[in-house]
Amino acid sequence: MSAVPLDYETLRLIWWALLGILLIGFAIMGGMDLGVGALLPAVARTDEERRVLLNLVGPTWEGNQVWLVLGGGAIFAAWPPLYAASFSGFYIAMIAILLALILRPVGFKFRGKVANPRWRQVWDWALFVGGFVPALVFGVAVGNLFLGAPFRLDETLRVSYEGNFFGLLTPFALLAGLVSLAMLATQGASVIFARTEGPMAERARVLGGWAALTTLVLFALGGLMALLVLDGYSITSAINTAGPSNPLAKTVVLEPGAWRANYGTIPGMVLVPILAMAGSLLAWWALGARRKLLAITGSSLAILGIIATAGLTLFPFFMPSSIDPQSSLTVWDASSSQLTLFIMLLATLVFLPIILVYTAWVYRVMAGPVTTTSLNRNPNAY
Amino acid sequence: MVDPVVVDLSRLQFAATAMYHFIFVPLTLGLSLLMAIMESVYVMTGRKVWRQATLFWGVLFGINFAMGVATGIVMEFQFGMNWSYYSHYVGDVFGAPLAIEGLMAFFLEATFIGLFFFGWDRLKPVQHLVVTWLTALGANFSALWILIANGWMQNPVGARFNPDTMRMEITDFMAVIFNPVAQAKFVHTVSAGYVTGAVFVMAVSALFLLQGRHQELAKRSMVVAASFGLASALSVVVLGDESGYVATEHQKMKIAAMEAMYETEPAPAGLTLFAVPGADNRAAFEVKFPWILGLITTRSLDRDLPGITELTEHAAQRIANGVTAYGALQAIKADPEDAQARATFRATQADLGYGLLLKKYREDVQNATGAEIAQAALDTVPDVWPLFWSFRIMVAIGFFYIAFFALWFWKASRHRLDSSPLLLKAALWTMPLPWVGVEVGWIVAEYGRQPWVVEGVLPTFYAASGLNYWDLVISLSFFVALYSALLAVMAWLMVRVIATGPSEKLSIGLFDPAEPSPLPQPAQ
Repeated sequence: MSAVPLDYETLRLIWWALLGILLIGFAIMGGMDLGVGALLPAVARTDEERRVLLNLVGPTWEGNQVWLVLGGGAIFAAWPPLYAASFSGFYIAMIAILLALILRPVGFKFRGKVANPRWRQVWDWALFVGGFVPALVFGVAVGNLFLGAPFRLDETLRVSYEGNFFGLLTPFALLAGLVSLAMLATQGASVIFARTEGPMAERARVLGGWAALTTLVLFALGGLMALLVLDGYSITSAINTAGPSNPLAKTVVLEPGAWRANYGTIPGMVLVPILAMAGSLLAWWALGARRKLLAITGSSLAILGIIATAGLTLFPFFMPSSIDPQSSLTVWDASSSQLTLFIMLLATLVFLPIILVYTAWVYRVMAGPVTTTSLNRNPNAY
Repeated sequence: MVDPVVVDLSRLQFAATAMYHFIFVPLTLGLSLLMAIMESVYVMTGRKVWRQATLFWGVLFGINFAMGVATGIVMEFQFGMNWSYYSHYVGDVFGAPLAIEGLMAFFLEATFIGLFFFGWDRLKPVQHLVVTWLTALGANFSALWILIANGWMQNPVGARFNPDTMRMEITDFMAVIFNPVAQAKFVHTVSAGYVTGAVFVMAVSALFLLQGRHQELAKRSMVVAASFGLASALSVVVLGDESGYVATEHQKMKIAAMEAMYETEPAPAGLTLFAVPGADNRAAFEVKFPWILGLITTRSLDRDLPGITELTEHAAQRIANGVTAYGALQAIKADPEDAQARATFRATQADLGYGLLLKKYREDVQNATGAEIAQAALDTVPDVWPLFWSFRIMVAIGFFYIAFFALWFWKASRHRLDSSPLLLKAALWTMPLPWVGVEVGWIVAEYGRQPWVVEGVLPTFYAASGLNYWDLVISLSFFVALYSALLAVMAWLMVRVIATGPSEKLSIGLFDPAEPSPLPQPAQ
């Protein structure tokens, strides 16, 4: 252990931040593709329009989805108890997300291979479900983190769960799901508006404006609910931020207003939800004013602000337990060992910059309008 | 304890999703490299037929790749969903290679695959070639890291149990990476993928030659596939032998079960060619080659190869030792400062996993009876006959492909690829064999590891999530239905693409944009 040059507390904080960065990366990058999928039937009416949309995100969506895959891998490697409790606890919700995500690669690939309109309609639905369902259910899952999940850990740290899928569908969680859906729809609409022309771009512009306003209003509503109405969780025992990862070593209570605690400790934190709302507002204004780049910027800032708000408000909690608060998983007791966190940090520091460089290169190569000629000549076009 | 029905359904679901996923993975591994080789020849020679070949195989590759992505994302999430105690217990070790796979391999593969398909008319030929190689490299890196993770499940090196966190933790990451089991498995598995890709190219090209279509493209593809396939088939068998040798060091029970070898054979042990199961599951009749097994597995003439009976007795001792370890762990939990309990635990912790086998029979493992220990020791024997036959089918297919590619290599070097319609038909109709080989190979590796999910560390039944029966019924039926439907659609699409064949007009950038598109257009 002494061989690790960074202390445990710092490593845990770094990995808490890195997890946030990966999720934000996925929401911004993959959010474009999920948003486009969710808007597909509404924005693109003819087959030609739909093909333009699919080929707009087609060359890059697979790379974007790796942000999600890596997010899953990072939770597994850096936060194993969280990976174990959340993925099994939200089982049916996860299955819904997976079935929807399965439809995406095949939807993209198979749709254009056959000219039959019926065939294409089937895959249009698949792509719509593949965008809409994950966008909604991810939000519902995050909403449930604020409420606490009905799980407990036994003395061997085995997790058992006393809820079912329908228990996840509380008003606050559904509100969180709608925030997620609206925010990713804004992102998708901004990209469509920026990179297409004609009536489709116009439809995306109008819809995107509404989605941005909806994001703003629902996020503000959800924020007020979380801070003023919901009971939050707080740790009541002494915290050993460098202790072994055993959640049962602490005590936790459910108390009104606990989700306000962090804003009391660091008042400047309030800038983060303000950033979220300002981002939505900017996206709304930019779409109205036909400012392409600003629309994407505003929408991305909103995503950044919304996810960061959730993470900072919950901190140090990841996943509180509603039936056995002591079992709650926090930054200080749900991590990997110090050595694993350090090795993973090294791997991330080496590979993440390389990934960013080649992703940027690919976006540069693929920049520019999607033309019908290129679509009709490439046997791999969607 | 988790309901045994839930455990069985969880295993069935993991097996089903992994085996579906592994229909597409080997073809991705093999075809990506074959395409990279063909495109390299195009860039070096400038001959258009090589570019056309790369594009044509690329279309088939793309359809297959989409299925690989669709079934692959499920794999990463399933550990947490269905195997939550496994995820908690070994996530500190197992999660790291999986996350590095994402960083090093998935990003590379998934980012450049888009450019492979869409970059033809946006990149210079050399640039596009680099993109193709990077895609292939990404696929192979991915295999490396997932097999490092899997190798650790077979031979859990470089980690130790931590009583304070109740899980295995990394002590030596280099040992995990350079695990000999992982290294042998990696080369064995990717080579099997290369064989699959080569067989696929051979079979489709053989069809073209039989039909008298696209002969130039077909012959050139066959030359590449035959030489690449021969090297790969040799590599599969050699590294398969290496896997067998390392397994003898670390998984003696698996080897004994694969051979249905109940009694320890005096050195050097004979290799059973085939056998007929009789009473007590033992062989009633068998045909054996003397010496061969001992030579393969121990690479010596004087080391005994232990049989199942001897290994079961050995397991019983380790279980008894595991009971002591478990008792010490309970004492540590009651009083974390108990120095004597910690000392006892350190001395016996290597067998803690064996102690956990008793969880099937009682919660308080420390009070296990001799009868229960004997029963648990019998549980360490995997199902002998499925392994015995899976192993033989796999080996037979491996050797078949050495002969197959040697023959085609010889025919290619004599420029007589289309001289025998019978051989072309054989190449076409044996196309499914590599998939049979890789799937039974998966059974040998994973079913042969039972009852362990991590050999000697964590029993499978103890690792499952405590889900409810209906959760599993719902998810398993959805997966099977959706995967089967998609598989059928994929096969149908591939047949269509092959029936259409490589069209000159589909070579991007080589045609007049004023012409109507040769691609399917929706009816107006």
